[in-house]
Amino acid sequence: MVEWTDFERSTIESIFAKMDYEDVGPAALSRCLVVYPWTQRYFGNFGNLYNAAAIMSNKMVAQHGITVLHGMDRAVKNMDNIKATYAELSVLHSEKLHVDPDNFKLLGDCLTIVIAARMGTAFTAEVQAAFQKFLAIVISSLGRQYH
Amino acid sequence: MTLSAKDKAAVKGFMAKMKSRSEEIGTETLSRMLVVYPQTKSYFAHWKDLSPGSGPVKEHGIIFINGVYEAAEKIDDLKNGLLTLSELHAFMLRVDPVNFKIFIHCMLVVLSMLFPEDFTPQVHLAVDKFLAQVALALSEKYR
Repeated sequence: MVEWTDFERSTIESIFAKMDYEDVGPAALSRCLVVYPWTQRYFGNFGNLYNAAAIMSNKMVAQHGITVLHGMDRAVKNMDNIKATYAELSVLHSEKLHVDPDNFKLLGDCLTIVIAARMGTAFTAEVQAAFQKFLAIVISSLGRQYH
Repeated sequence: MTLSAKDKAAVKGFMAKMKSRSEEIGTETLSRMLVVYPQTKSYFAHWKDLSPGSGPVKEHGIIFINGVYEAAEKIDDLKNGLLTLSELHAFMLRVDPVNFKIFIHCMLVVLSMLFPEDFTPQVHLAVDKFLAQVALALSEKYR
C-alpha cells in the first residue's frame, strides 16, 4: 500500500487540476518522440515523423498525447489504489500494444520536464519529488501485468 | 549515439545562454537531487548542511556546473579531455555511475524550468546526448 502525505496528495491533485491537457499532452509525447526516437516504433501509422518539426506538428501525436494524459486522471482519482485501477490498462499495453515498459519511464521523464517548463520556479524540489513518486507508481502499475 | 556537428552546435549555443545563470543552475540542480533522490545524500555526509541552497550546496553546485562547461570545451574528445576528472570520480570519490544519470535528469528539469522557451525538444535531445557522453567519459577509469 502506498503511503501519501497530505502535501503529496494535494500537490498531485493541484498539478492535474491546473494542467492544460491540450498543451501538456502533445508537448510531452512529441518531446519523447524527438528526444528518444526509438519510441517512434509504436506509432508506425501516425504519418510523418521524419523530423522534429514534423513530429511537433503532427495532429495524431497531439491527440494521442491528450489521450495518454487523460489516462492518468484515473490514477489521480484513485491514488490509494493505482495498481488495481491500472490492471486493465497494463494488460492492454502488454498484450495488445506490446510496449516495452522501459518506455513508460522515458515518457514520464519528458512529462516531468514539460511540467517544469510550465510551472517554472513553482516546480520546487518537493513538488518534483511528489510528482516523480506519483509517476513511479503509475509506471510500476502499468508494468504489473506483463509476463 | 555520437554527437553530430548539429548536436555540438546546439549544445554550445545553449551553454552560452546558461552562463548568465550558472550559479542558479548549479545550486538548483544539486539541491533538487538531494531532495528528490535522498540516497545521493550518502556522498555528502561530511557536509554540515545539506538543505537546498545551503552554503556547501551552493559552492558545490558551482563546481559541478563548471565541470559541465569544461566538458563542453572538450566536446570533440570527451574521453581524453575528462581523464583527470574520471580518475577523481573513480578512485577518490567512488561515486556509483548510476548517480550520473540521476544528476543529469535533475539538470534537465532545472534547464527546462529556467529556460522554458529555449529548452526545445531539439535542444533537450542534444544536451541529453552530450551529458550522456560526459557521464560515459567520467566512467572511463572505473574498471
